[in-house]
Amino acid sequence: MRRKPILIALLTLLAGSSLMFAGTVSGKVTYTGTPAHQKAIDMSKEPSCAKQHATPISTETVVTGANNALENVVVYISAGAPDEGQVPTQAITYTQKGCQYLPHVLPMHVNQEFEILNDDQTSHNIHPLPKVNIEWNKSQPPGSPPIKEKYDKAEFIEVKCNIHPWMHGYFAVLKTSHYDVSKEGGDFKLPNLPPGKYTLTAWHEKYGTQTADVTITGNETKDVNFTFKATAY
Amino acid sequence: MNNLKPMRCIGASLFAALMGLLFLAGFVSGASAQDTPDAGPKPSLVVKPMESHIDNITGHAANAKSDYRRYCAGCHGDYGDANGENAVWLDPKPRNFTLATFKCRSTLTGTLPTDEDLYNTLVRGIVNSNMPVWNTFTKQQRADLVAYIKIFSPRWEKEKAGEPIKIPAEPPVTIDSIAHGKALFTKLECWKCHGPHGEGDGPSASTLTDSQDNPIRPYNFALGKNDSRFKCGSTNQDIYKIFMTGVDGTPMPSFADVIQPNDAWDLVHFLRTLQIHRHGKENEVLMSAHGVIPPYVDKNPAPAAAPADNKAPGGGQ
Repeated sequence: MRRKPILIALLTLLAGSSLMFAGTVSGKVTYTGTPAHQKAIDMSKEPSCAKQHATPISTETVVTGANNALENVVVYISAGAPDEGQVPTQAITYTQKGCQYLPHVLPMHVNQEFEILNDDQTSHNIHPLPKVNIEWNKSQPPGSPPIKEKYDKAEFIEVKCNIHPWMHGYFAVLKTSHYDVSKEGGDFKLPNLPPGKYTLTAWHEKYGTQTADVTITGNETKDVNFTFKATAY
Repeated sequence: MNNLKPMRCIGASLFAALMGLLFLAGFVSGASAQDTPDAGPKPSLVVKPMESHIDNITGHAANAKSDYRRYCAGCHGDYGDANGENAVWLDPKPRNFTLATFKCRSTLTGTLPTDEDLYNTLVRGIVNSNMPVWNTFTKQQRADLVAYIKIFSPRWEKEKAGEPIKIPAEPPVTIDSIAHGKALFTKLECWKCHGPHGEGDGPSASTLTDSQDNPIRPYNFALGKNDSRFKCGSTNQDIYKIFMTGVDGTPMPSFADVIQPNDAWDLVHFLRTLQIHRHGKENEVLMSAHGVIPPYVDKNPAPAAAPADNKAPGGGQ
């Protein structure tokens, strides 16, 4: 019993010190060239979804922002990650709402549980198309409980709903939890990196992958930017 | 300095050899990870000592080698990769055994089928495809072939077959069970692909592709005659299995998590009435109700969405 306070003190010290030395990698993902034109989605066959969008949403194969920002790029530590095999216990969610996947790309750690929710008033079938993981295909009518799943191998997996052919998304199953998805403006940020040498990979569903090496020596923020060459088709 | 030269040479050649080995190792693992047809000569096929168990018969992969080459490889390919010389002409495409994804299973979606499931596919053939009925083989030959199929994917060494789903005894067909089945057909939106009358012409039908991106058509219930069959069988139990386990590798999902066992039987009864040319108890019951399926009244109503447009299924005749 007497050891408890000491343990707590030690733990706080440890946590404090790791925070002290935590480095951050941040940057922007941009593109050059002309990205493919994204088409407006016609949801008239699914009125319950169509009415959720004041203006029709577009396909999300290439999502861009101001100043050539490229969104939905998964940036992660592909080599040197300190947390390989440390599976986070909190579940993450992938929501079907307005016949759209939220988020479009869901990164997760290998073997991490994730939940699929159907917030719509229509049935969806969740049909991920893995090549190295195991393929399954499940129906989820409105009001059904979440589907809980996990993948045991690292892979980028395309996700489809066969009933609503415009619904397209991705699972990014990674060997690390040090990841981010580029947001509006193309920004990404990987905080809490202990000192070390890392390889950063940026993955885009249409434009492939790019890598960059980065070394963190202490409490610092390193800037890494990625530029993808966009093609119109 | 001159004395050191040979040493350096040996060092350099050792280094080169090591790099070569590393490169080779990388190449081999890379080659096995992805399907690369025409990437040079194929490695010779290792027939792993896989087995199958059908009733009291044990099948051995090694014994099926010549049968597979003679009767199966033409479509499924020597390496089980669906790259047989006939494959380009076929629609739907032959199964790719290296993926170990099978359509007809008694087991849940994503799991391996049982030996009986594979055996039954050989016995039955697959309707609306080029897979014939293999009734020319003895039971032992078929069991051996089932074992042989397992040499193509490492999944068969790492995983056990899934547990067959439990199918409760079939309740009697009544006009109420058909009516409830019809309500489920609407609620679960089977009609989005299979069409309001099960004719395979639902609003999503024309967009469907299988997991290899080949166009695929939803099953047309109305087309068959009295003896019409499904891809995975012809009995009421087979229909039950098809929608509960899903047809893996196709757009047809599993409904195991969303349909209660007895509700599933009601859906089976309704689906039989979509087979308008079939003489069966379901259509007899429907005829004695003058061909009219009454609206289903839910005794425990739950908030559920009604189809928002006028494409709700009609059913019946």
